Amino acid sequence: MFNDEQHYLLKLYRDRVARRSGLMLLLILALALAAPIYTPQNPYDLAQLNLLDAKLPPLHHSPDGAIYWLGTDDQGRDMLSALCYGLRTSLGVGLITTLLSLSLGLLAGLVAAYSGNYIDSMLMRLVDLQLAFPAILIALILLALVGQGIDKVIIALVIVQWAYYARTVRSAALTEMRKDYITAAICAGYSPMRIVLIHILPNIIPTLLVVASAQIAQAIALEATLSFLGLGLPITAPSLGLLIANGYTYMLSGTYWISLFPGVVLLITIFIINITGDRISALLNPRLQ
Amino acid sequence: MKIISQISRQLTGIVTISCLCLTSLSLSAATELRIGLSGEVTSLDPHHLASQPNLTVARHVFESLVDVDTQNRLIPGLALSWRAIDPHTWEFKLRKGVAFHDGSPFTAQDAEFSLQRPLQLKSPSGGFAAYVRAIASIRIIDTHTLQIKTKSPYGALPEDLNSILIVSKKHAVNANTDDFDSGRAMVGTGPYQFVRYQRGDRLELSRFSGWWGTPPAHDKVTLRIVPSDPSRTAGLLAAELDMIEHVPSADIKKLSKNNQLKVIQATSWRTILLHLDQYRSPSPYITDLNGSLLSKNPLQDKRVRQALSFAINRLAITERIMEGLGMPAINFVSPPSFGYQTTLKPETFDPIAAKQLLTEAGYPNGFQLTLSGPNNRYINDDQILQAVAQFWTRVGVRTTVEALPMSTLLNKVRKEETTITLLGWGSFAADLAIRSLIATTNSEKGYGAWNWGRYSNSKVDQLMTTALSTIDRTKREALAREASILAIQDVAIIPLHHQVVSWGLRSGLSYTPRTDEFTLAQHVTIR
Amino acid sequence: MLRSPILIRISHSIITLFAMSIAVFLGVYALGNPVDLLINPQANQIERAQMITQLGLDQSLWVQYQRFLSAALHGNWGISFDSNTSAWSLIVERLPATVELALCAMCIAIIIGLPLGLIAGLHPSRWYSRLIMNGSILGFSLPTFWVGLMLIMMFSVWLGWLPSSGRGATTNTLGIPLSITTIDGLMHLILPAINLALFKLSLLVRLTKSSTTLAMLEDYVRYARAKGLTEHTIIIKHVLPNIAPPIITIIGLELGGLIAFAIVTESVFSWPGMGKLLIESINMLDRPVIVAYLMMIVSLFIAINLIVDTVLIMINPRLRKQALSLQSSLA
Repeated sequence: MFNDEQHYLLKLYRDRVARRSGLMLLLILALALAAPIYTPQNPYDLAQLNLLDAKLPPLHHSPDGAIYWLGTDDQGRDMLSALCYGLRTSLGVGLITTLLSLSLGLLAGLVAAYSGNYIDSMLMRLVDLQLAFPAILIALILLALVGQGIDKVIIALVIVQWAYYARTVRSAALTEMRKDYITAAICAGYSPMRIVLIHILPNIIPTLLVVASAQIAQAIALEATLSFLGLGLPITAPSLGLLIANGYTYMLSGTYWISLFPGVVLLITIFIINITGDRISALLNPRLQ
Repeated sequence: MKIISQISRQLTGIVTISCLCLTSLSLSAATELRIGLSGEVTSLDPHHLASQPNLTVARHVFESLVDVDTQNRLIPGLALSWRAIDPHTWEFKLRKGVAFHDGSPFTAQDAEFSLQRPLQLKSPSGGFAAYVRAIASIRIIDTHTLQIKTKSPYGALPEDLNSILIVSKKHAVNANTDDFDSGRAMVGTGPYQFVRYQRGDRLELSRFSGWWGTPPAHDKVTLRIVPSDPSRTAGLLAAELDMIEHVPSADIKKLSKNNQLKVIQATSWRTILLHLDQYRSPSPYITDLNGSLLSKNPLQDKRVRQALSFAINRLAITERIMEGLGMPAINFVSPPSFGYQTTLKPETFDPIAAKQLLTEAGYPNGFQLTLSGPNNRYINDDQILQAVAQFWTRVGVRTTVEALPMSTLLNKVRKEETTITLLGWGSFAADLAIRSLIATTNSEKGYGAWNWGRYSNSKVDQLMTTALSTIDRTKREALAREASILAIQDVAIIPLHHQVVSWGLRSGLSYTPRTDEFTLAQHVTIR
Repeated sequence: MLRSPILIRISHSIITLFAMSIAVFLGVYALGNPVDLLINPQANQIERAQMITQLGLDQSLWVQYQRFLSAALHGNWGISFDSNTSAWSLIVERLPATVELALCAMCIAIIIGLPLGLIAGLHPSRWYSRLIMNGSILGFSLPTFWVGLMLIMMFSVWLGWLPSSGRGATTNTLGIPLSITTIDGLMHLILPAINLALFKLSLLVRLTKSSTTLAMLEDYVRYARAKGLTEHTIIIKHVLPNIAPPIITIIGLELGGLIAFAIVTESVFSWPGMGKLLIESINMLDRPVIVAYLMMIVSLFIAINLIVDTVLIMINPRLRKQALSLQSSLA
């Protein structure tokens, strides 16, 4: 059991690409988390904004001498600060969504795998039904129903994503359950709870990692799309997606910086997450390599 | 001899054919105008939904009895003249020699039918009924004279009739929306006739040669529906469109600098204002800085309302956010409109006075509230909300912004879940605006239907009702002005600015900007 | 006969349809009262009450649902509040535009994605294969709306080659207005189709690559090589026919998703399809249209799945399992 755990983490550590992209990811995370510490302005605090500083180009100076490295947006927000805070929001939404949907999916998948029979088939029918629909549609309708707000966006995203985890967990768990060591554990008289938690769970973590990495990126991209369509987060605490949406209107008129920088940051973030996930998948499923 | 006659016959043939070719060539050099509209057209039925996009397209094919010029002043339309022969009766003399697109003559029958249709529409209709509600009965005197009796003396009847478009009784009797959308019932008296409609995409029109007015400059008009701001601008830049309405404020500078294009603007009839919850105490969503509910509603104190108004830098909003597409306001209606008063000026930006007033009123540390508004209805509405929130937060009133799609917002307002709400209002006359916006709510009479703050001032109500029942326009305007001044001094609402409406066109075209924001191809001329 | 897998699937589909109709109806009911948006600002409370009765919004949920269901079974999905025409006809009117866009996008994805994936799968360690694979990651990392904006900026504004929005001129083919048949239509179609195709293209590249790699490891390839066949022949005669069915299956199953996913592209490019109609209806609280759209999508999904399943069952039931496992490995 412990051998397995070290094995895949060690594999990841040893692979150069995974190490590099993993490091970059951690760097991005750190930047985002620490945003309140190092950014010149808190763009979510309305008292710190000045409308008269709106739409200044990059490297312009503010009245009190500071430099707006990446310019300001239409509300006078310093783009650099807005980017970092926006990244924080986007990553936050992505991570919380993943944690919640992973937990939910894990629970559902394990229950389905272990119970078998009609609980299993009912759950899986639900999962199949939901997976048949595109995420954007489900999220759109849900948000149209429950309204705006960061908590509601997370709820919508969780509802969209739990099914992926559920299905993966279930098939991985079923595979594990066929193995001999589980039979041995059952014979040894361990309780189902113990078997699931101590034996099955650690061995499906690699598969979970693979799915999770793809899903985080999807969550972030989905939130950005929803914000773009106008159904996402509230406008005074913009995520990257909302910043891009705001900049959409200025796109053609020369104030490119409002839309360009958030777009690039979003792109890089999603790209790195996906590369890392791809690497993890390649390492843990060598047959597909 | 035979040869000569043969040759001459052939020559005649050739000459005739060439003449025909040349004429058809010059005829086929038809001028086409492609306009990019900014709102979604939901139906071609002119009595279905009173939305700007629907009315815009309808006004190419249909006309009303009373028209308005570019300054929102009433001018003869299909009615040459009108007057009140007694306080309850108006007589309309109709224009003669007007033909519908199918050739049949326009008569009082069609007018009567069109005025009655909004009330008779079986389908859920978008409220044109409000414009004909004051009518008690219609009497046809002769083929070109109509008498309308109102339930009570009503001076604003001509204004209301501007919104009712006249359809052909023959084609529209028993017609439903499908008949209009397919073109069957699209028979009007307007300068253009229906050619083809592709929902969500475009409406194609061609010039009606039998129109009674000066022939418009363009033979063919294509009204393209492009609600996406960047797409509309891109279309103009790429010369796919000759003209667009509502130039996005972000693109005004860029388009103005372009040599091949020009941007024209005019003050619109729409005023952007804030409704303040003035009827509940405590107000459920106003809290102190720690989050606990305030026992009294601060907005009921005139000083607080005044302070909030002083705290807003209207010039910054119109310059920075609206890019000039706004004019700081103090009135309910915009400058050219009936009832506009010049005694009071727009509030100056004075955050110090604001803080002082707040302290005087007992809120030295301010308080917290939520500002709600639409994010898809007016020019830069969500940005205006954010800017106002910024200004208020700086004087101590911590503001959270709630920007929602209009439908969701209206829902919330109906459930009384908002505190301060943004609204945009367009009206011909100040008394009509007061009737809807701040008159004491009375569902029977239809007063205060949009009085979201439930402001109630009996003196203002009195002045408003007297104004509306005054037939004499000078007396009526004076009363309207008086009512406005009274309400403004009491800070019934906080007016922000009047919208400035804009169009982008090719340099070779010319259009006089209209206060009522309508884009009408028949008035686009070639320089 | 009752146990026939096809019939079982059909009955499942019908049950699903019903369940969805209830879910959809209930969900949309919570959206609130749309009357406000349809009233002229000057209307009074009495007129409002009249409209509520006219629209049937004052009845209980159950009664409203019954009316909805009975009307639906007669082919009447309600009258759109906004345009006062049958909600169903509104959707059907816009259907060709969306399907045209989706099919074009799918074609682009297949034409570009399959060969690229094949190449990457045949020589996975070469530099161009790694480029293709990393490119595919980039492809599905880019948010669709952002790509759309960039495409408009580049090809419409800067270069001026292609139109920035809307659908081109259409001709009636077999009674359906299609814009792909005209040059103008094609010009308007290119950018949105590319935009929509990008995501699926990237996924298809990865899918094809992993299928190819797996297939190349199979025994039959080894035997073919032992027999002395050229790589070329092996790929075309043996590998392709084996990897094609599951891929085609997935393409078929994904088509429904593509139609729904077109919402974003349609918004950016103002493409007059169903997706754009949905967004407008959500904003206008036009309940009948939202319900009609959802039911249409559900029906499409179920129909496509049913067809694909039936075809597979008739040909080779194992293929479905293969396809599903491939699909899940990608999810």
